[in-house]
Amino acid sequence: MPEVQELVKSLAEKYGRKRENLLHILQGIVEQERYLSDVALTEVARELDLSAAQVYGTATFYSFLDTEPRGKYVVRVCRTISCDMKGKNRIIQAIEETLKIRLGETTQNNKFTLLETNCMGWCHEGPAMLINDQAYTNLTEEKVIEIIMDYAKE
Amino acid sequence: MTYKKLKRIDLIFHEDCDCRQVLEKTFSKSNDEVINDILESGLKGRGGAGFPTGLKWKFTAEQPSDERFVICNADEGEPGTFKDREILFKVPSKVFSGMAVCAKVIGAKKGYIYLRGEYRFLLPQLTKALDVFHKEIKDLLDFEIIIQMGSGAYICGEESALFESMEGKRGEPRNKPPYPTIAGFRNKPTVINNVETLVYAFMICKHGPTRFKELGTSDSRGSKVFSVSGDTPIAGIYELELGMSLDHFVEEFGDGDTKAVQVGGAAGFCVPRKKFNDTIIGFEGVPTGGSMKVFNSSRSMYNVLHNYLEFFEEESCGQCTPCRVGCQQLIKGIEAVKKGEQKAAYLDQLMKLSETMKLASKCGLGQSVANSFSSIVDNFREEMIY
Repeated sequence: MPEVQELVKSLAEKYGRKRENLLHILQGIVEQERYLSDVALTEVARELDLSAAQVYGTATFYSFLDTEPRGKYVVRVCRTISCDMKGKNRIIQAIEETLKIRLGETTQNNKFTLLETNCMGWCHEGPAMLINDQAYTNLTEEKVIEIIMDYAKE
Repeated sequence: MTYKKLKRIDLIFHEDCDCRQVLEKTFSKSNDEVINDILESGLKGRGGAGFPTGLKWKFTAEQPSDERFVICNADEGEPGTFKDREILFKVPSKVFSGMAVCAKVIGAKKGYIYLRGEYRFLLPQLTKALDVFHKEIKDLLDFEIIIQMGSGAYICGEESALFESMEGKRGEPRNKPPYPTIAGFRNKPTVINNVETLVYAFMICKHGPTRFKELGTSDSRGSKVFSVSGDTPIAGIYELELGMSLDHFVEEFGDGDTKAVQVGGAAGFCVPRKKFNDTIIGFEGVPTGGSMKVFNSSRSMYNVLHNYLEFFEEESCGQCTPCRVGCQQLIKGIEAVKKGEQKAAYLDQLMKLSETMKLASKCGLGQSVANSFSSIVDNFREEMIY
C-alpha cells in the first residue's frame, strides 16, 4: 500500500471516520506530508465515505491546509497592519534574497516555501513570522537571515 | 460626558488564585445563584458584541436537551487580539476553571477550546496544563476539556462558523436564528465565550459580583484586557478599567504625535485626533474586543485602509455576495480614486456600498467592514484622494 494511503488509514483509525474528524485527519496529513495531494484527498474521501468534492472543498477553505506541494519549512510572514507598519516588506525581501525565491515559491531543494499570512497575533512584537509552528518576532533583516540560515544548515 | 480616569487593574494576570478552592466554593452554590452572580456583575462578552454572559449561560441552561457544550473561542484572529494568546500562555488554569464553572451551571460534560492554527506552538504547554487541571477537578465535576486546532481561517472566530469547522466542514457562518444557546455545536445548546470572558466569569466567582461591578460604568462594567500596538512606545497587553476617554488612553500609550486610533481592530472604528476627548472606550462609546492600534502623523490612512480591505477580502468566506464582492469592489474603488481614474465623489458611492454590506451581509465579518471603511474615509477623506 502506498505510504500516503497508509497514513490516511492510520489517521482515520486514530480519529474515527465521522465527518467531524475530517479536519483532524487533514491536519495530520499536512503535519507529515507538508501538503494535501490529490491522492491523499481522494483517499480521505474513500476512508470517510464522503465525496471528493466535500473533502477538497473543506481542505481549500483553510489557509494552513495547503493543497500545493510545500517545502520542509513553510515560512509565513505576517502581512497585517502592525507588521506592515513595522516593515514586513523588508523582511520578505531579505528572505527572498537569501533563499533566491519569490513570495509563494518553494526552493529547488524543497526545503523552504515562502508565504504571507494574515494576522499571526503578535501585533506588539512585529514584524513576525512563523516557520512551521514556531513564531519569530521583532524581526530585523539581519535577524531573519540568521534564522533562515540556521534552518538551512539542518 | 462623564468618563473614568485611566486605571490599571490586575484581576487576570497578576492575581494568584487557587483554582480548586474557588471551584469548590462556587460549586457549593446552586446553579441559579452562580448565574445570578454573573448577571449581577454586569459582565458582557469581551469579544466586542457585548452580549451579557449571565444571560447566555441562563438561556443555554434552560434549553431542554440531553447534551450541552461549553466552547472557548480561542480563534479570534482580529488584528490586535493577541491578548488571548497571552492569557492562554500565562493563566490557562483560570480559562479552564471558567469553562468548568460554565459547564456545571449549564449541565455540560464536554468542553472544547478551539485554538487558532497560528497558536499551535501553545499546544504542548496547554495540553500539559489541561492534564493537571483534569486531575485536580476529577472528584469535583464530571467534565472534560478537549483542544481542537483551527487551520488559519479568520472567519472561524465567528461562532457559527466555528461550529461548522468543529464539525469538519468549511467554516461558513450559519443563518441565525437559531442562536447557539438553542442549537450550537452538533445542533445542541452551546455556550460559546471567548478566552477573556471565561476568565472574568471565573474571577467573578472568586470575588463575588461586587468588585467587578464597582469597576467601569453603568453600560460597561468591569475591566478589560487591551492589546496595544502600532505607533506606541509601550506596545503590549494591559488590563484597564472600562469607560476611560480615548484622550487619556492616548496620553498614556501614544508617542506624542498620535493622529488616529483604530479601536476594535480591522472591524472596529477609526477615531481621529479631534474626537479623542469625546470618545469613551466602552459600550456607551466605542466598543472593542481589545485591539487598540495607534497611528501617528507619519502614517498614510489610505495605506491603513487598503491593508484592512485586503485582509477582509482574503478572509471573507465567500458565501454571501455582499461581503465577497463588496470587499473586492471597495479595494478596486479606493485604488481607482487614488489613481485619479474615478472622481472623489466616487467615495460616496463606496460609502453606500459599505452600508449595503452592513445591512445585507450574512455575518459580522461583512457587516463590520463598513465600520473601518466609513470611519477612515469620513475622517481622512483627503488622504484617500491625494
